[in-house]
Amino acid sequence: MKRAGRFLATVSVAASALAFAQAASAQTLTIESWRNDDADVWNNQIIPAFNKKYPNIKVQFKADPPTEYNAALNARLAGGTAGDLITCRPFDASLDLFKKGQLTSVNDVKGIENFSDVARSAWSTDDGKTTFCMPMASVIHGFIYNKAIFDELKLTPPKTMAEFHALLDKIKSDGNYTPIAMGTADQWEAATMGFQNIGVNYWKGEEGRKALIEGKQKLTDPAYVETFKELASWAPYMGDGYKSQKYPDTQNLFTLGRAAIYPAGSWDIPIFRKQADFEFDAFAPPVPDASGKCYISDHTDIALGINAKSKNIEAAKTFLSWIASSEFADIYANALPGFFPLSKEKVTVKDPVAAKFVGWRDTCESSIRNSYQILSRGTPNLENELWNVSAQVINGTMKPDEAAKKVEDGLASWYKPHKK
Amino acid sequence: MHIAVFLAPAVIVYSVFSIYPLIDTIRLSFYAGDQSGVRHFAGWDNFRTLLADPAWSGQFWNALRNNLMFFAIHMVVQNGIGLGLAMLLSLPRLTGGSIYRTLIFLPTMLSVVIIGFIWQLILNPLWGIAPSLLKTVGLGSLFRPWLGQESTALVTVSLISVWQFVGIPMMLIYAALINIPDDLLDAATVDGAGPFSVFWFVRLPLILPTLGVVSILTFVANFNAFDLIYAVKGALAGPNFSTDILGTFFYRTFFGYQLQVGSPTMGATVATAMLVVILIGVMIYLFGVQRRLQRHAF
Repeated sequence: MKRAGRFLATVSVAASALAFAQAASAQTLTIESWRNDDADVWNNQIIPAFNKKYPNIKVQFKADPPTEYNAALNARLAGGTAGDLITCRPFDASLDLFKKGQLTSVNDVKGIENFSDVARSAWSTDDGKTTFCMPMASVIHGFIYNKAIFDELKLTPPKTMAEFHALLDKIKSDGNYTPIAMGTADQWEAATMGFQNIGVNYWKGEEGRKALIEGKQKLTDPAYVETFKELASWAPYMGDGYKSQKYPDTQNLFTLGRAAIYPAGSWDIPIFRKQADFEFDAFAPPVPDASGKCYISDHTDIALGINAKSKNIEAAKTFLSWIASSEFADIYANALPGFFPLSKEKVTVKDPVAAKFVGWRDTCESSIRNSYQILSRGTPNLENELWNVSAQVINGTMKPDEAAKKVEDGLASWYKPHKK
Repeated sequence: MHIAVFLAPAVIVYSVFSIYPLIDTIRLSFYAGDQSGVRHFAGWDNFRTLLADPAWSGQFWNALRNNLMFFAIHMVVQNGIGLGLAMLLSLPRLTGGSIYRTLIFLPTMLSVVIIGFIWQLILNPLWGIAPSLLKTVGLGSLFRPWLGQESTALVTVSLISVWQFVGIPMMLIYAALINIPDDLLDAATVDGAGPFSVFWFVRLPLILPTLGVVSILTFVANFNAFDLIYAVKGALAGPNFSTDILGTFFYRTFFGYQLQVGSPTMGATVATAMLVVILIGVMIYLFGVQRRLQRHAF
């Protein structure tokens, strides 16, 4: 017993000494991430590319499952065992870390000037002065359609809502295909693929999103009610029993060729590439009237920050400025089609559908989901409320103006600029 | 001395993993945290928020109401069917009783996640077998997306749970039934009682204590339920919170959900409220039912 105890003690001392030695040997960076799906891409493409330029800095990629990431990261940050580079969730989760002093400012890191204000907003303080993570990628909303069905029925992708509805009617009257693949069972689809996808055109992107935060617009304004009205009009075009259709059902419905149009997030592209045996293409969210500008939801999703307690801050900064380069953007965009680099530098996306999504940045103005910054800090939480009412509007259990009133009342109950 | 030594393992484990967390949760429910994570004593504020602030109380009462409904369905359907099955199994002439017993008990041992998944597949409006089965018997028009409608979602989820757990009351009641001495039943038959009277006047009173235990087990399990709803409907318990029960409400509050940042202190408050609800239920049982049963115990 005694001997075993002594042995264990020796082993643990040796192990901790080893761990210490590893931590102390400068220039080894560890990345904390929730993207365990991407480990191969990091290990085989991104890190080797970085090492070609900076052979002295070793980089390790460590990922937790997405659902455990926040809890595990918080525990490690608090205990002082977290890695040097922290993959940042957008908005409040990361802002909290910065406020607690666990992330450093990246304002002085070379390359940060490559990012627009919108790209930085997800990882900046409310006043926009300090950015604490280097933006990596965003996801874009739009509509993916089945080209074979469009060819068969001689349809062309719509530009306006009127054309969109004419198109839906044609597919419906043909009767062989479900016009819109979407369900309301998971609720988030209705809000994310529905409300946020088409809504940007109604509330004019950033203009409306900022006005909402400043309290100059209310969710009961026509822009939002119109969005809900449009959503409500989708119900007859959705599949049988869409009320209990879940996200994987929706994906299957489309990849099996039974539905013509899929309100999408660009992250669906790699899955469709694997599963669909027909050609698919995409069109941007149709605009309510053809005269105006178009907007897209180009939602900031993932970034990289520096652990304030890291011993290798200089090396970490070097890595971050490389992340901001077009070289990284190129690798990332093509290894993971559907996750788009946020930098202003030109990137060639090889996947044609992904390229189409990212191409909308040139013709339309980008904005992010309007519930993400500041407005989901209180109770009731605006994002969760939007899930609920968007699903209800499509289910027909709530009228568009009731839905608008419900979310506005919820927001006004805790958010000062809306209290008046 | 001996007593202390023998009790120690249980007392220590129980204190560390059960009593201490329970008391600490109650303590935490009287605190509030601010932005930087510092906690300060808040008195009854959290409870006031939970019960009086419309943003919270609406959800709380809705969850409690749904939970009561969830419990009621289990009491009537699960325990009713459990009793019926136990009666059938205890029939002396039944052959293959042990096979039925095993089959009916089987779902109880499966993971809730699997049960949720299987039933979602069965009830799936696009490729489930429920709609096609109904169609083959000419009742296709009766099919509805039961899990997706506010009016039916809670009942459907409850019935899925009943399907899974009906084996437990069945086994408990069955054990009680086969414990009844044959003399009593024979005597009743000789006295001219039919099968119905034998059940109603002899067997039922004798298994009442077991029914009581089954009820209280169902009650505690139902008010702690969480997993099935989470697996089938997610933490937002849709549509429109129609399947939200105290467990999912607690989960959202404590761990947060999507953009909602979790609040340990409000979460502790919800947990404490759940504890109070369960305590009230158990008290009613102990003082209202158990005492009376003991008076009749033989």
